[in-house]
Amino acid sequence: MNAKVLGALAAVALLAACAEKKPEMAAASGAGAATMPTIVPGSQEDLVKNVGDRVFFDFDKSILSGEDKATLDRQSAWLGKYAQVNVQIAGNCDERGTEEYNIALGQRRANAARDYLVAKGTQTARITTISFGKDRPTCTESTEACWAQNRNAITSVK
Amino acid sequence: MTLIHPFRLAPPPRDFGRRGLIAGTAALLASPLSAAPAAAAQPPAPAASGGQSAVIDVDRARAEPIPIAIPALAGTGGDSERLGRDIAGVITNNLGRCGLFRPIDPQAFVSGPVTAELPNFQNWKAVGAQALVTGRVESQGDNKLRVEFRLWDVLPGQQIQGTAYTTTLTNWRRIAHIISDVIYERLLGEKGYFDTRIVYIAGTGPRDRRVKRLAIMDQDGENNRFLTDGSFLALTPRFHPTKDEIAFMSYANNRPRVYLFDLGTGRQQLLGDFRGITLSPRFSPDGSSVVMAETNDAGSSIYIMDLASRRARRITDSGAIDVSPCYSPDGTQIVFNSDRGGDQQLYVMGVDGSGVKRISFGQGRYATPVWSPRGDLIAFTRISGSTFAIGVMHPDGTGERILSESWYVEGPTFAPNGRVLMFWRETPGSDSRGRGFTSRLVSIDITGFNEREVTTPTDASDPAWSPLLS
Repeated sequence: MNAKVLGALAAVALLAACAEKKPEMAAASGAGAATMPTIVPGSQEDLVKNVGDRVFFDFDKSILSGEDKATLDRQSAWLGKYAQVNVQIAGNCDERGTEEYNIALGQRRANAARDYLVAKGTQTARITTISFGKDRPTCTESTEACWAQNRNAITSVK
Repeated sequence: MTLIHPFRLAPPPRDFGRRGLIAGTAALLASPLSAAPAAAAQPPAPAASGGQSAVIDVDRARAEPIPIAIPALAGTGGDSERLGRDIAGVITNNLGRCGLFRPIDPQAFVSGPVTAELPNFQNWKAVGAQALVTGRVESQGDNKLRVEFRLWDVLPGQQIQGTAYTTTLTNWRRIAHIISDVIYERLLGEKGYFDTRIVYIAGTGPRDRRVKRLAIMDQDGENNRFLTDGSFLALTPRFHPTKDEIAFMSYANNRPRVYLFDLGTGRQQLLGDFRGITLSPRFSPDGSSVVMAETNDAGSSIYIMDLASRRARRITDSGAIDVSPCYSPDGTQIVFNSDRGGDQQLYVMGVDGSGVKRISFGQGRYATPVWSPRGDLIAFTRISGSTFAIGVMHPDGTGERILSESWYVEGPTFAPNGRVLMFWRETPGSDSRGRGFTSRLVSIDITGFNEREVTTPTDASDPAWSPLLS
C-alpha cells in the first residue's frame, strides 16, 4: 500500500515538474544551455510520465482499486487522443508465489486492466496482453514494499 | 540486450540424446568361484532383473548405510588406469550421495586396485567392507572401451554380480552410472536412479532482466549443457517418458507457449495453436499426449493434447486458475492446482475431467503437485505465511509430511524410482540491486533425510528428472 501511495505521489511530482519546467526550457534554449529532451506526445515516455503506465494489485488478487481505475481512466483518455497507438499490457507478480500459478495470475491482472480499458471504449484490437509471472520484476529487493510494486499490470506502447 | 555469460555457450544443440548408446553391449561374467553356490544361480542381466529379493534390507540400510569398498578399477596402461580411477570415483560419489551406502575411504584400504580374478576378502573384511566392487578397464583401440565389473558380498566371499560393458571412450561416465544402478539394485532390491539426467532452467544476470536458459546435465551435475541461447525466457522443462524429448514453456517471439524440444536434433516445435498462453506441460506416462494449461479471460483451463493428431481436448472449465496438471503413473488420473475454492489447492480428477476432488486441507496454499512414479505419493509446494515447504501426501490427501522448509522452495520432481526428490531453493536478495539472491537445486530422500545441494554452474530452477536412460 505504501509503495502505491508513493508511486502516485511521485507521478504527481513529475507532472508538476514538467508543468513548471516547460517555460524555463524555452527561456534557456536561446542562451544555448543544455535542453531537456522533449517528450513526444503519444510516446511511451508520454504515457509513463504524464499518464501513468501501471496499476497495482493486492497479494494474490487481480481486482482494480479506485486508484487503479483513475490511472486507467487517464490511459483510456490518452488512447482516445492517440488513436494510432497500440499497447501491450503485461501482468506481473511478486516473488512470493509459485511460477506456473503466477503466470496465470499475471495474465488475470493484464486481463483486468484490458477489460477496463475496453469497457471505457478502447478497441480490443489495439490491446495485446502478456504475463511474465514473476520473471520481470520492476523492483529486485526482497521486501514487502518491493513486492507491492511488482504486483502490477504495465501498459506499454507497441 | 547484450549479456555477458560467465560460462561458454554450448555448441549448437545436436545429439544431446543418449538413449540406447550402451544397449546390447553388456555381457554377464561368470563367477571365478566355480564351486560357490552364487555362481550356479547367476543373477540375470541388470536390464531384465526386476523383482529379485534384496541382499541387504533397505529399511535397515536407511538407519545404517551399507559399508562398501570401491577401489580404483584396474587399468592396463595409460588412459585406462586413469579411467579406472575416475569410474570408481563416480560410483563412490553416486552411492555416497544417495545416503544408503557408506563408501569406505580409500586411504584405509589395505590393498590397491584388485587385479586378481578373486579378491583377497580378508583385506576387505579388515576395513569393514560389507560389499566390494572390483573391475577392469581395457582400451580396445578405435575409441572403444571395455569395462568389466564385479560386485562381491565380502563376508561369505561371494560374487553377487559380474558384468562387462563395451562402449565408446566418451561414454565412460554412463558406464559408471549404470554400474552404480546395478549395485544399488542388487544390494537394495529396487531400481536405482543414477543413469539419469536433469533438465532445468539456468538463470543468469540481474533479476529484472534475468536470462533463463534451458539446460541439461547428468544427475550428478556433470556434462552440463545449455540448450537455448538465452534470447527468450525458457521455463518449466519436462522429460518425455521414453523419447529424447522435452516439453517446456518458451517466450520466443513474445508469445509464451508450450514447445517440444528434440534433444537429438535441437529442433523446437510449437505445440498446438492456442489463443491464450499455454503453460505447465507434462507428458502422459505412455508419452502419447501432453497435459497443460491455457490462460483465458477468467484464469486458465486444463487441456490434453494428443501428440499424434495434435487435437486438444479441454478437461476443466472452472472459471478459476486451473494449472500445473500431472498424470498418475497409471495414466488414469490427473492431480492439478486450482484456486477455484478461493486460494491455491490441490485437486485430483479422472483424465476426462470427471470426479474432481480436493485433496489438500492443511495449513496454507498448495501448488506444483507431482505424482510419484510409484503411485503412492504426491509431492507439492506449500506456502504458509512467509514459509515455503516441499512435502508429500498420499493421493487421497492423507499422510501429509513436510520434508524441507525455508524462505523459498518450489517445484519437486521425483527420481524415476520414487525414492528421491529434487526441487529448488531461493535465498532472498539483500539490497536494492537484488544482490544476495541465489537459486539452487536441492535433492532429498522422501524420508526427509539426506538433503543435499546439487552443483550447477549458474543459478538453477525448475528441475525435472529424466526416466532411467537404460
